Amino acid sequence: MKKYGNLILGIVGWIIAIIIFFPIFWMAITAFKTEQGAYSPNLIFIPTLDSFREVFSRSNYLGFMMNSIFISIGSTLVCFIFAIPAAYKMSFFPTLKTQSTLLWMLSTKMMPAVGVLVPIYFLFRTFGLLDTVTGLIVIYTLMNLPIAVWMSYTYFCEIPAAILEAGRIDGATVWQELWHLLRPMSLPGLSSTALILIIFAWNEAFWSINLTSAKAAPLTAFIASYSSPEGLFWAKLSAASLLAVAPIMVLGWLTQKQLVQGLTFGAVK
Amino acid sequence: MKRLAFPFLTFLLTAVSALAQQKTVTIAVVNNPDMIELKKLSPKFEEKNPDIKLNWVIVEENVLRQRVTTDVSTGSGQFDIVFIGLYETPLFAKRGWLRPIGDLPSDFDPDDVFKSLRDGLSYQGKLYALPFYGESSMLMYRKDLFDEKGLKMPEQPKYEDIKKFADALTDKAKGVYGITLRGKPGWGENMAFLDTLINTFGGTWFDMKWNPTIDSPEWKKAVNFYVDLLKADGPPGASSNGFNENLTLMTSGKAAMWIDATVAGSMLENPKESQVAGKIGYAPSPIEATPNGSHWLWSWAFAIPKAAKQADAAQKFAMWATSKDYIKMVAADEGPFAVPPGTRKSTYDNPEYQKAPFAAATLQAMNSADPTNPCIKPVPYTGIQFVSIPEFQSFGTVVGQNISGALAGKGTVEQALKESQSAVSRAVKQAGLLK
Repeated sequence: MKKYGNLILGIVGWIIAIIIFFPIFWMAITAFKTEQGAYSPNLIFIPTLDSFREVFSRSNYLGFMMNSIFISIGSTLVCFIFAIPAAYKMSFFPTLKTQSTLLWMLSTKMMPAVGVLVPIYFLFRTFGLLDTVTGLIVIYTLMNLPIAVWMSYTYFCEIPAAILEAGRIDGATVWQELWHLLRPMSLPGLSSTALILIIFAWNEAFWSINLTSAKAAPLTAFIASYSSPEGLFWAKLSAASLLAVAPIMVLGWLTQKQLVQGLTFGAVK
Repeated sequence: MKRLAFPFLTFLLTAVSALAQQKTVTIAVVNNPDMIELKKLSPKFEEKNPDIKLNWVIVEENVLRQRVTTDVSTGSGQFDIVFIGLYETPLFAKRGWLRPIGDLPSDFDPDDVFKSLRDGLSYQGKLYALPFYGESSMLMYRKDLFDEKGLKMPEQPKYEDIKKFADALTDKAKGVYGITLRGKPGWGENMAFLDTLINTFGGTWFDMKWNPTIDSPEWKKAVNFYVDLLKADGPPGASSNGFNENLTLMTSGKAAMWIDATVAGSMLENPKESQVAGKIGYAPSPIEATPNGSHWLWSWAFAIPKAAKQADAAQKFAMWATSKDYIKMVAADEGPFAVPPGTRKSTYDNPEYQKAPFAAATLQAMNSADPTNPCIKPVPYTGIQFVSIPEFQSFGTVVGQNISGALAGKGTVEQALKESQSAVSRAVKQAGLLK
């Protein structure tokens, strides 16, 4: 009986995976079609690189990609500077308010971003942050900080406090404790957190499109420039999207193991 | 070494000051074929004006609207040139968000630009944007299929003719549909076409006191006609078709008639993208009770925000991109049919351009579209496929969603119009127009 159960579970799993993967697959094959062929559902066609040629000649892909890399890695690093001390304090020295603080941090994610667009735009204008990489790093740090704190908090909670205490008894300072004891023990957890933060920052499209124009625009803005109200654009849009997601997909592929481990870390408790 | 240092230093200083003098003009535009061509040819402008560097921000239409509105309304000065339409220009100008266009030199020949566009892009007699391209709407049909069935398009078709033709041309077994029309919801999507249909059926959005008149018999007749026509002779899934989807249906030979933007002409006649090039006839947009407002008027135009950092350089570029010389440049580069249409009379006087099968119909539509007189009755607003108030974007889209829902079979036309009537009522009450 159990054997059949597993089989059914496997089939269901595969079906869900295929459904989720299908749009990406469709995008990938559309990128190799002609603009006219892009509308037909044929799976058999003569592949062409025209759309890629067009995309490369029309926009500076490398410029957009460098911005994406700087912004996503930069915001992740800044995130950790704030998140690790916060999570350390909350998981090893919790107070009565810790749980509510955590919830409050998460609640900042519940408001739709467009609700604060105009105030943020004013602030950015005043501080000269519009269309700067620094500006986007600031906004992505704020956006990802709750997730960073939550995830690091969960990982730290898995580490026995006694080990840290032992270190303290031996006379370790807070920094030594963080660096020599906590860091090696939580490295798998923190690296999967970093990956998730990078992916979130990479894929974020609302702020990047609204707060940048020419200089600091990342790959999301690059994709947005290929949709058109009048004229055929699906093949070019697919090619641009494929180019935009390719780096992050490769990164995800290479770090698959850590990602899955990190995401299911708290789930087996 | 010392002797060399001085010239070197002078050189460095000159280079630095030249760089400092270089003005960067940031342009926010929508992605369409005419715009891509402009970007391709723009290095010629930079060559002629070495002190100006152009920075392009190309985004999708809805994103552009949001982005540009945020920027000009907060006076942030991110953009030196924004690409806006006939609807936004007077609204933005009224709020003081735009700079009036400065004096135009005589070689720009402002009188050559269609008067309807100049009027539409002005506020209180001052011009606020330079039109890059203009469009109206017209009927496009497959001449070969008409001949096959022995049908003949009248000079000014009526909607009852369209229904007859569509019934005769539909051959679902062969995958050919008599007609395709916009169904995707949105004020600039299905409502653009529906507004022209409702106008010509004798309907209006409001009476002179801003009472919505959406539950009127004229609206019911027009929208029922539209839904019945598409259900009988339209393609499956018509409620999600926009301009591009319909263009594909036409170019792949699946639709026999299409009423939409005049710019579609150059796309249907492009043999690289269209299987029906040379087989298309062009006729004026059909009419019913009145010719008023039976075809729309739209233009995408360059405007300069009040907070622009390089206003003079921006105007220089806007003038270059909308000049007669630019139109000649495109003709030399991509062929005479590919020039940005619908802005200048001189384009249509050019015998080369007159050879384009869609040129005459486009010119006629551009000349006869009158946004100041869009309906059979007097109305308190201007605009054919829009109502010239800021609230229109939002309630126009709500009405579009209701009608698209009725087309998809969710509820009846009557229900959709009733809901629309109350939604529009609320919107104009909130705006303080309806007391």
